[in-house]
Parts: sequence; structure tokens; C-alpha cells
Amino acid sequence: MHDTNFILRGKRHVEFQFCNLAVRALASGALQFPELNVIAVADLHLGKSQRIARRGGSLLPPYETTDALARLQDDLNATNPATVICLGDSFDDDPAAAQVSEFHGKQIETLQRGCRWIWVCGNHDANPQVAAGEIVPEVKIACLIFRHIATEGCTGEISGHYHPKISLSAKGRRISRACFLVDRNRIILPAYGTYTGGMDCREQPLSSLMNQGAVAIATGNRASMIPMPAGFSGRRSSKLS
Amino acid sequence: MTLLPDPFLDWFSSRGWTLRPHQAEMIRRSGEEALLLIAPTGGGKTLAGFLPTLIELADGGNPGLHTLYVSPLKALAADMKRNLSRPATELGLPIRIEDRTGDTGQSARRRQRVEPPHILLTTPESLALMLTYPDAFRIFKSLKRVIFDEIHALAESKRGDQLMLCASRLQRMAPNLRRVGLSATVRDPAEMANFMSATPGGCRTVLAEPGPSPNISMLETSKPPPWSGGGARHSVPDVLREIRTAGTTLVFINTRAQAELYFQALWNENSEGLPLAIHHGSLSREARTRVENAMTRGELRAIVCTGTLDLGIDWGDVDLVIQVGAPKNIKRLVQRIGRSNHSYETPSRALIVPANRFEVIECVAALEAVREEDLDGEPKEPGSKDVVCQHIMIAACAGSFREEELFNEIRGAGPYRQLSRSDFDACLNFCATGGYALNAYDRWRRLQWDDECGWRLRDPRTSRAIRMNIGTIVDSEKLKVRLVKKRGGTPLGELEEAFAATLVPGDTFLIGGETVRHESIREMVVEVSRERSGVPKIAVFSGTKFASSTRLCHRVLTLLQTSGWPSLPEDIRQWLHTQNKMSVIPRADRLLVESFRHEGKECSCFYGFAGRNALQTLGLVLTRKMEDSGLNPLGFVSNDYAVLIWGLTPLDDPATLLNAQDLRDGLDSWLAENAVMKRTFRGVATVSGLIERTVPGKRRTGRQITFSTDIIYDTLRKHDPDHILLKITREEAMRGLVDFSRIEEMIGRVGNRIDHVRTEKVTPFAAPLLLEVGTVPIRGKAEEILIGEMALQAEATDAADQVHCHA
Repeated sequence: MHDTNFILRGKRHVEFQFCNLAVRALASGALQFPELNVIAVADLHLGKSQRIARRGGSLLPPYETTDALARLQDDLNATNPATVICLGDSFDDDPAAAQVSEFHGKQIETLQRGCRWIWVCGNHDANPQVAAGEIVPEVKIACLIFRHIATEGCTGEISGHYHPKISLSAKGRRISRACFLVDRNRIILPAYGTYTGGMDCREQPLSSLMNQGAVAIATGNRASMIPMPAGFSGRRSSKLS
Repeated sequence: MTLLPDPFLDWFSSRGWTLRPHQAEMIRRSGEEALLLIAPTGGGKTLAGFLPTLIELADGGNPGLHTLYVSPLKALAADMKRNLSRPATELGLPIRIEDRTGDTGQSARRRQRVEPPHILLTTPESLALMLTYPDAFRIFKSLKRVIFDEIHALAESKRGDQLMLCASRLQRMAPNLRRVGLSATVRDPAEMANFMSATPGGCRTVLAEPGPSPNISMLETSKPPPWSGGGARHSVPDVLREIRTAGTTLVFINTRAQAELYFQALWNENSEGLPLAIHHGSLSREARTRVENAMTRGELRAIVCTGTLDLGIDWGDVDLVIQVGAPKNIKRLVQRIGRSNHSYETPSRALIVPANRFEVIECVAALEAVREEDLDGEPKEPGSKDVVCQHIMIAACAGSFREEELFNEIRGAGPYRQLSRSDFDACLNFCATGGYALNAYDRWRRLQWDDECGWRLRDPRTSRAIRMNIGTIVDSEKLKVRLVKKRGGTPLGELEEAFAATLVPGDTFLIGGETVRHESIREMVVEVSRERSGVPKIAVFSGTKFASSTRLCHRVLTLLQTSGWPSLPEDIRQWLHTQNKMSVIPRADRLLVESFRHEGKECSCFYGFAGRNALQTLGLVLTRKMEDSGLNPLGFVSNDYAVLIWGLTPLDDPATLLNAQDLRDGLDSWLAENAVMKRTFRGVATVSGLIERTVPGKRRTGRQITFSTDIIYDTLRKHDPDHILLKITREEAMRGLVDFSRIEEMIGRVGNRIDHVRTEKVTPFAAPLLLEVGTVPIRGKAEEILIGEMALQAEATDAADQVHCHA
């Protein structure tokens, strides 16, 4: 009954209002503000495999940087933004930013062409040495503040850091997807990077950061809005009461 | 000349024993570089393996490690220590016997390295670990003999491949090393001999005389078996009756979950309080040890167990073996039967208990096969290459190596005689640089070439991570289960993470024979409380699932075609008549497909009779084609005889899906994307050392910093499709979980002869599938539809509106 209905509704993005602004959560994990002509992505973790190798760990397939940048290129081609904001942990660490390969350097250069590019610092890349783009601890645009880690008591805040994901059970099936978390005060973006795990949105501190009535927007092939499930500890509701 | 020195003769006669012919043969030929002894359980196999060593060590003139004994189970190593200590003490032999397994403490390990015992009892994984230490040469250079116990069991998995590589390495350290393989009855002894010997062409095989034919029959139950299910609960009173009349009984059950349920059912009916226990791999070590000790002391009347007790641990006098559920494999059934009456001269007594009506047929077929000594077994495949990668890292850990030497060492192992130089080079390149098309790790390679000493670790600190990764058993991640507020106490057992994640507070399930209530998951520990009501809601956590052998499937099909089914009990004949009335009886030369609607889903059942794994593959092929044809499949489940697929749209013409050439052609394109390949890749990536095992106790607590190997697999496929690990994954999957050869066998049998039957209700044959666990989800449109349904429900409750009405 819902089948065809959903396929028609199945979206490349979910659109909603946030701080009197139209917002689109893209299925790719990027966040678009059409009126401001801004696009934001979080936690690219470029150079992650190289960092693991440098520390004597596994030699993972060294393609996550190419992969994430190519996906970002697709999003920018589709949305053509004036401003791109990377919400921190863009690089897996500062040396990864400093040692960007020639190939990836060119990939980034192409991305940056014709737009304002902002690197918000994250905990992984507190001081990234990059060729181009503004490096800021946080940035305000219109009524919005873009930063890496969500802070309590803020409004109009757009952040990343936690890599939220949502686990759903339906008809005996478990589905796990990276997701946006949205309430009236803040939006937390899913990690955009290729080699990034996730944190279940029922875990602390995500469950207590988000207000009652928060929603999750699952990413993947399509974007779908679902009520955010209650936290494991139930602290979210007690805090509000 | 007598073979036994006098003290040994005296010891034998004091126990009323005489030297058996095969034991004598093993002593007589103890100088040969390799010997394979094939003896049925209870044939004094291990004593035959150890006698030459005990004799050689009797004069006390052998310093250092003399004999290494490798068994598939830690418990077996511990057991052997007990068994050997007896003759050693009674004969007054000046020898030290110790075991060394994953359970051995740090200080004992250190002491063993400083001062090795004469006889060391261990497992393949512990041996591989010992070989990573730079002092391995010093420890093993005195080695005279290595004994591979239960080699038939080891040879069936990558553990055997690893063991043979380790043996090759030992042989280089101790060139005069002699090998002894101890095996249960196998289909092809020459193949086994070639597998374990250091030289191509195998070695001498010593065959023990077979014992008397077993006394085996199907258990008569007062209630007939149900239509479906694997629990066999109907048989509890009858099994209890048998336990009561026998001295000690082993009750074998195929999966852990079923073992738990069965044990609980036995316990509930055990009004006279017979001492019963349960033993399986999900129980904590403490719990298992408790059971093992009680059993050795003769305090138990019955143990309910899974494959963990399959192998020859000596539990004293077991006089009855009961197999609950279909045995799946004739060879394994024979080996299990052999567990009763270790005394060899008297026939073993065994009962077999089908869990449902279909299994009655399989059990009858298996009993006929046992009587005819018609053993099954597929030919041995060449060794896995991910194990080669691990072996290269082991060599690098122990010190440096030259590639030529290492290549020869590896080719010296039976499973790797055919390994090509280019495959070896690819494995070495993978170990050194990751082996990627994009050369990204020149600065950070793991292995470095050095003209002085050859290949060595770039960063010696890496060796710690390599040691943590040793072994070829890839378990799904496990969570400990503890009672609430007893964090320090003994865990009740472990659950697979995937299962634990599906639990919600209030769910009740069985573990360690008791029903518990799930309270919460904290810091990767599942906290539970005791549930008084005793009735579990869920009891599904998977154990190993074996596929029924080709031989047994054929025998079942033949049995089904026997006119009037004279060998089957009356109720089963009735049941078959019902199946025949509602649908038809499957035949070897045709493929039966049944379609029906069940709980709002469109179900189709394909009776391929090709074993669980191959039918799972068939399920993958078919659902892929159904996805393409817009039939919206949701998932499928297979047992050994059929695959059941459910979805949103009815299937009208199965013949279009079953074109043989399409099935073959489709394999490549879709294989790469499915869950089975990802599961196989996870194993390959772990064994080869691409990813590190999760170390218990070092788990993330809240935030997940690890990411799934599925992502690595997808990335590799997209950017580096020819990578060696993808090649290995494909090889592994084709022979393991994919088991495509059996689909070929099925296609060969049924050709294009397909019978499609649409029924109103679930048929007798399809019913068991509806209760099978372990469904494979289809990540297709249906999944998006499900998420979509949730999104729609969300809108219906206005939850979404709350977001954008403020601000």
C-alpha cells in the first residue's frame, strides 16, 4: 500500500524549516541552505588510512580520500553553492592535511574553484596546514553558527563530530544508517568520510543533546525522516521534565 | 625382540591390556618421517601416538622439547595432560608434560619458553603464536616428533592449513622432525596422508582394525515429532528415560541455541533430580571447566553438548550417545557414535532423535548409510591464501626472512604444494605494502627489504598487533552476559553482538540453561536478571551450521522416491501423503517450487536438495533476479533441502528465474555485492591481517571508532577490483559459503524440469523453513520501502512537525 507512495516520495533530500530557513538534508549526508547558497559537510576524515599506516597499523585500501572527495564533487555539481563549510575533522590529523598528495590536492583545488571555502577546525585537525580556504574555529552565517562539536544551550547550531547513525528494526530486519539529527535548536550532521564508523543516536551524549521531538534523517540511497528513538539511559526525557 | 621395554610391558599387563596391532605398528615404524594412523574412536589412538615418545623418553637422556602435540581443542590438550600424566607417573618416567593454550597464564608461558617441557600439548593457534617469538628456534630445535590429533577435523578448515604451515616451519628448525597424524575414519586416507606429510606423495598409513558395528537406532518417542522446528522438545520424556537407564549419556545437539532450549526442557522434566549439565562454546570458560571436571569425576549422568565435545576428549565411561536433530553428515555421525564405549571391544550404543518430520527421513537415510559404511566427504581444496599472508607476517615477527626460503617452506606444506610463485609474491606484496594499485604506502610499508638480512618489519612494534591477530577462527564479536549489579562476578556466557543488538529490555532468553531477562547493555556487557517464569521469549543465537552432505541429500531423495516408503514410520508416511496431496514429493530429477501467501508476504520455496550453503547462494541469485524483475524480495532463508524466499509481489513463473546459463552468468556480477561475500571478506581481511581483531576488554565503550569491513570491501571493489584480497575472498566464498559446485550438481540433476505448485496453505515441507533462523536480508528496494513506511508513520504521528513549527 505504501510502496508506490514511498517510491514517489523517496527523495534525494528531505526539506524542512530551521531558524526560519529552508534546509535540505541530502541523502549523501551533506546539508544545504538554498536561500544562503551554503552547503555543509562534516567529518570527512581525509587521509585516515595514511594516518593508521603511519602509526604502524593496518594498511587499509588508500582510497577513502579519493572516494569522499569524488562524492563531495557530485554534491557540489548538483547544488552549485557559493559557500562550502567543512565542519571539522576534515583531515584525520594535521599531518594528513600537510601531506595531501598531489592528486588529492588537485581534487580539492577543483572543489574549491569559484566558491568561498571554510575549514572549521575539529579535534582531529586543530591546526590544519592547507593550501587554500579559511581556517576558523567556528563561523556565523545569518542566524546560524557552524562549529565542530555541539554545545549545550545553543540555538541555530550546525555541527558534526559525533558521526550519528540510526538503527532500525523493521519486520525482523535491522537497518543501520548514518543520519542527521535535527531539533529546534541544532542540527548534527552524519560523517561524510568513507572510513567513518558511527555512534548510535541512542547513546550519550547524543540522546541528551537533542530535545524531545527531535528527528533523525537517515542517509543512504534516499533520505528519510524518522522520529529520533529514545536514549538508552532515558536521560533525555528526565532532563526536560 | 619385543617392542615394549619391560616396565611398559608390566604396566600394560597390570592394567589387563595388551598391545594392539596398530599400536605395535606405530612403535615399529616410529623412525619414519611421517605416519598417519586411522583408527575409530576408542581405538587407543592417542596412546598409539604417544607410546614411541614415552619409550624414547624413558631413559631420561633427552633434554629440551621432544614432542609437540597439537589438538583442535584447548580442552583436548588439557585432557591429554591428565591422561599422559598417569602412565608417566606410574611408570616413573622422568618427563615433564605441560599444556600451552590460550588459557595458559602469562607466567606459565614465560617459564615454558625459558625451560620447555619434554612434551608440550597445544593448539594450532598457540603453536603459531609461539613461532612468532624470536626464540622459537632455540625452543624447537630439539623437537623430535609432532603429533597432530584429530587431524581429520583440522583438515576441514583453515586451521589445518595453518597447522601445516607451522609444521613446515618446525621442520626447518628441526630437520629430523617426525610427524604423526591421528585421524578418525575418513573417506580418502591417501589424501589425508598427502595433506600432513612433509614430502609430496604422502606417507605410510596405519589402519587400526575397525571395532564392532555400532548399535544404533532411531529413538522411539511416545509423541510423534512435530511438523517443523529444530527443538525436538517432543522427545524430552523419552530421552530422559534413556538417560535414566544408561550410566552416562552424551546428548549432541547441532546448535547452541537448541542445546540451551533442550537442556532447559530436560531440566524441567527432571523430577528425580538426575545430575545433568550443559556444555557449549558460548559458555564462559569457568562454566565449561566446572562441567568438564564433574564429568571426569563421574558425577554427571548426562551432558547436553554441541560440536565442542565432538572430538575425542576422554570423559570416562560414556555408554550412550544421543544425537538430537538430523546429523547432517554421515562421517560426523559415525564419529559421534564412537564417543560411547571407549572400550573398543563392545559395540557403541547410540540413538538418533529427529527434531521434525523431515528430519525423520534424513535420520533414516543416515542410519542406512552408517550401516553400509557409506561415508561422505568432499575432496580437499588447496590451502587458503589468507593463511599464507598470516604466515608471512609470523615469519617477519620471528625475525627476518628471505623470500626464496619462505616460499619453499610454504610449498613444503601439504595444502600449499601447488601454490604458484606469483600468488606467493602477491601475498608478500600485500603484507609489505598492502598490494594496492595505488602505491600509497612507500613510507609506511609494514615489511622492508634489507640486503643484510632480508625482509623484516619496518616498525618492530607492529609485532604486538600481529600476535594479537594470530589464528584463523573468525568469531563474530561477542558480548559477555552478566547478572545486573554483579559486574565482577562470573559471566553467564557470551552472546553474538548482532544478536545482542536486537534485544530490547524485557526480552527473555536462555543462556547457560537458565532463563534471563535483558535489562541493558553497558560498556559492552549485556546485563540481565533471572527470570522466574522460566519461559524464554527468544532463544536464537547461532552456533555453527553445517550443510547436509551431498551424499546424505542424495540418499534422502532416493528414500523419498521409494514406493510406499516402507522404511519410514507410519506418521511420517501420513505426513508425506499430505505433502503429496497438497503439492508433490520432490524428486532428484525435477525441481519443485511451491508458492503461497503467509503473514502478508508472498513466499516461494525451491526444493534444491543441495545443502544449506549452496541453497543460500541460490537464494541470493534468485532474489537478485527477482529484484531486477520488480518482485520486491525481502529476504530468504535456507535449510539443507530448500530455500524459501519472501517478498511483496507474487512469483508467477519461476522457470524464468531458473535458466541454468543465467544462473552461472549472473554469478559474477551479483556475487560481488552480496552479504555472503561481505561476510567472507571479513574473515579473509581478519586472517590476512588487513584488519585487526577486536581485542576483548579494549572495546570502544560508547563511540564506535571502528567502521565495518563492509565499507572496506565496497571501497576496494570500487577502486581496486583486482586486489589480491578480493581474489582470495572469491575463492573462499566459492568453496565455502557460496558452495557453487553443489548448485551445478543440482542444475545437472534437474535440467529445465521445473514443477511450480501454487498452494493455499503452507505445505508440510515448507513449514520447517518458516522457523529457520539466519535470514539473509536483501538490501534493495524493499528495504527503502520499509524505511519509507517508517517515515510515513512518523508523519502520521506529527513527530516531524515539531521540528519546524518553532524558531
